[in-house]
Amino acid sequence: MDDLLREFLTETNESLDTVDNQLVRFEQDPNNAKILDNIFRLVHTIKGTCGFLGLPRLEALAHAAETLMGKFRDGMPVTGEAVTLILTTIDRIKEILGQLEATEVEPEGVDEDLIDELHHMVEKGMESMTESAPPIAPEAPVAAEPAPLVVPTLERELRPGEVSLEELERAFQETAIEVALPVVAAAPVAPAPVAEKPAAPKPVVKKTAVEVDHPEGADKVANQSIRVNVDTLEHLMTMVSELVLTRNQLLEISRRHEDTEFKVPLQRLSTVTAELQDGVMKTRMQPIGNAWQKLPRIVRDLAGELGKQIELEMHGADTELDRQVLDLIKDPLTHMVRNSADHGLETPAERAENGKPEQGTIRLSAYHEGGHILICIADNGRGLNTERIKAKAISNGLATEADIEKMSEAQIHKFIFAPGFSTAAAVTSVSGRGVGMDVVRTNIDQIGGTIDIKSVAGEGSSVTIKIPLTLAIVSALIVEAGGDRFAIPQLAVVELVRARANSEHRIERIKDTPVLRLRNKLLPLMHLKKLLQIDDGSSADPENGFIVVTQVGSQTFGIVVDGVFHTEEIVVKPMSTKLRHIGMFSGNTILGDGAVIMIVDPNGIAQELGALASSAHEIADENAAMRAMNAEQLTSLLVFRAGSAQPKAVPLGLVTRLEEVTVDKVELSNGRYMVQYRDQLMPLVQMEGVTVRTSGTQPILVFADDGRSMGLVVDEIVDIVEERLHIEVASGREGILGSAVIKGLATEVIDVGHFLPMAFADWFSRKEMRVSSTAQSVLLVDDSAFFRNMLSPVLKAAGYKVRVATNAQEGLTFLRSGQEVDVILTDIEMPDMNGFEFAETIRADQRLSHTPIIALSAMISPAAIERGRLAGFHDYVAKFDRPGLIAALKEQTTDVRHAA
Amino acid sequence: MTTTTATTTTTRAPIADGAITEYVTTMIGGQLFGMPISRVQDVFMPERLTRVPLSSSDVAGVLNLRGRIVTAIDMRSRLGLPKNEDGKPPMAVGVDLRGESYGLLIDSIGEVLKLADESREVNPVNLDPRMAKMADGVHRLDGQLMVVLDVDRILEISPEKLAA
Repeated sequence: MDDLLREFLTETNESLDTVDNQLVRFEQDPNNAKILDNIFRLVHTIKGTCGFLGLPRLEALAHAAETLMGKFRDGMPVTGEAVTLILTTIDRIKEILGQLEATEVEPEGVDEDLIDELHHMVEKGMESMTESAPPIAPEAPVAAEPAPLVVPTLERELRPGEVSLEELERAFQETAIEVALPVVAAAPVAPAPVAEKPAAPKPVVKKTAVEVDHPEGADKVANQSIRVNVDTLEHLMTMVSELVLTRNQLLEISRRHEDTEFKVPLQRLSTVTAELQDGVMKTRMQPIGNAWQKLPRIVRDLAGELGKQIELEMHGADTELDRQVLDLIKDPLTHMVRNSADHGLETPAERAENGKPEQGTIRLSAYHEGGHILICIADNGRGLNTERIKAKAISNGLATEADIEKMSEAQIHKFIFAPGFSTAAAVTSVSGRGVGMDVVRTNIDQIGGTIDIKSVAGEGSSVTIKIPLTLAIVSALIVEAGGDRFAIPQLAVVELVRARANSEHRIERIKDTPVLRLRNKLLPLMHLKKLLQIDDGSSADPENGFIVVTQVGSQTFGIVVDGVFHTEEIVVKPMSTKLRHIGMFSGNTILGDGAVIMIVDPNGIAQELGALASSAHEIADENAAMRAMNAEQLTSLLVFRAGSAQPKAVPLGLVTRLEEVTVDKVELSNGRYMVQYRDQLMPLVQMEGVTVRTSGTQPILVFADDGRSMGLVVDEIVDIVEERLHIEVASGREGILGSAVIKGLATEVIDVGHFLPMAFADWFSRKEMRVSSTAQSVLLVDDSAFFRNMLSPVLKAAGYKVRVATNAQEGLTFLRSGQEVDVILTDIEMPDMNGFEFAETIRADQRLSHTPIIALSAMISPAAIERGRLAGFHDYVAKFDRPGLIAALKEQTTDVRHAA
Repeated sequence: MTTTTATTTTTRAPIADGAITEYVTTMIGGQLFGMPISRVQDVFMPERLTRVPLSSSDVAGVLNLRGRIVTAIDMRSRLGLPKNEDGKPPMAVGVDLRGESYGLLIDSIGEVLKLADESREVNPVNLDPRMAKMADGVHRLDGQLMVVLDVDRILEISPEKLAA
């Protein structure tokens, strides 16, 4: 094919996609002169190039469309009809281009139908314009009646040498009216002052200088970048991957021969390879917005076709990901947006009936999280129809009725990913085109991603896709456990600690739970071989070992391994679908010596640790169903004995330290026990029935807050356990929240809030927490009874009126009942509807959209905070950060007061 | 995983008169099996097999075959046969499923047989249920029986099983 023609096709196709998008935006915002200019310029360029290449059909079409758009600029009212007509024209242009690409000649055919329509539209527009602005005397071309015209404003001071918009607008109008039809011909008569202007005030110059074919500025930009064939990049990447592997092999050899002369050049090769790899990776990164470009047009057309009002929100369009990945998710995304529009959202009438705003929203968001990209497609429609999925699953023979009875909703929802599964009762022209969610899933599987669906009846559904940032290369630490090697991504590794029996760093145990004392913090430890169940029992040295200190989100823990080798750049290869359910691994790779090893997923380990149950969207989708059943969060609890034989427990997160002090350090002062602790006197508080020992050492639990510490005297520290904290029997006794079954024993969970004021009476009240006369009200949404019980007194002490809801649904019901709430405080990890969805739902509700929402989470990571910001949270506070919470509350409620 | 049932019918040779299917024969646990040659990519000696912790017992591990990562399936375990005790290294039959490579570990490889589809008989009703799930009929040869294996169904390692 002619190079010129190929260039033209690529460029034009890109331009047309942009036009599509811009037109949809323009229809919503007809007064935006800037958008109109963009469209006009694009269509104009197409027209110009077509003329140059001798493509008369395209040229005629583009010209007619341009004329109509010219009319818009003159102030012709923008109707949906007109925009549809232009979109149709653009479709026709695309069609011709498609054939042009295939046959290299412009196909036969006439477009008089469209051109006539376009002309007709222009005339109609002109008529309505003259009607609406009648007294334009032909002999007075300087129209004194610019009423229907667009009056753009420039939102900044004029720079020296610039002309004000009004002036330009006037100049433009004058020329335009002098020559009534065709408008384009009027443009060359650009007023003199403008022609001299640089390209800086874009909207202005473009508006009048449309006929200048290649504005200087554009040429300069074009020279900065070149088009490279995708295959070339692809090949380059493959070569770089090979280079990395070969380099790794060389490094492996050089490691075995200690002092060879290869060392230095090899180092150099290594650095260059790394840089090359980096550079090539960069060329492949593209903003995800590229895959979204077509969506506004699709949604607009769908809305028209289906008679629904649909708003498409897009967040995080500049999130970058690998081109290859991007290509593979393009179609699934489009499909899911279609699905949401077609099946998800209700008709305006239905919505009104259910008390929802008539306009439905489809929200697309993308963000990075720990080496992955999460893409979420959510709608606030009717949610999945569980009953219909059930029926369909049974009729398709995917499960028996007995099976289904045993399944949770989330498990049933998973059936929509089964091949050939469509529950749409009526197949509309929109969906039911033979592409199902199974195709979506296959595409996602291919790139080692996972897909998860969540749905709440009546509130909407959301699909979350988790895909690797790239299918490429990461730096990893190679470790050994149970005789096998594993890779741990360097990104998550904070430091390496060698633990020895007699050194400062040794592995200690609280009953069976290994911990490491590292810089005065207790670090929970996990043995990799135990996690992976490959414990051969050989080197069971309880106090020694290499500890890989790992951080995931806000959670730090140690992974105990038998040996640490080196770091290596590994080429991540997705795992086989038969292995992808194993949450402990994120992929596999081929090492320099040719062996295949598994890549450990720190997220998976954190999950095992129980601290990160939040990641409902994180693990492989095979076990998502299982997880949904255990959606209740695991809490680390410290179990101890104090006063009675019955064990007591307190969340480990609340305990600052565990200490054992020799009894001679305990002093009795002023009727209270004190202990000298880090050069301060720390008061000791005894629980009922606990006596301070008279000999030996005394175990205490240290609670610290805002520079003060308090010690709770206990008889014995028993264990640290991971349990779902489910307080079953509330207690009437002070200091006890209630009883829970922990490791099979009825255990009393103590209320730390009760003991803190016993040490310092002003513990809760000293921090400028005046109770305001008009107490602010807080809605606290948390599914965990423990946190509700713990936080309510804290909030009340801080002077707030507290309302509690045990789940998002209950919270919504409360809010919609018309009760006034000043601020909403919500947990993130909740079953059915999580905090993000809760916030999105609230944001979508006009009556509630102004209420500030604060997220309360055990998981604080920049990615989670970003996600929260997108969902509409005003603030993001860690669950145990009491001062932070009060500060956030104060800030949000004062804002409201100011606003009021 | 119902996609496989669809593909099975297409890969199976048409049940027309005189249709002939070529089988790669293998020995697993003393029994002769046959796989349609159209599904077999290659036969190789698996080297440096890396076991995968927490995986199904049917997955023997992963290995590097000319730069591709291949998932090795332990056919003895898959078919419910006892472990190999004679210490001989296994062979592997390479197959592809939806773009992924698998190696089916077998005891030894035999010749390629051309057999008429007509002579294939349905699974005996009393065939071991684990084997019956993957068997696609039986051919009577001279002195022994050859169980026809359906590659798609071999690789249908269900999530229930994986989770266990």
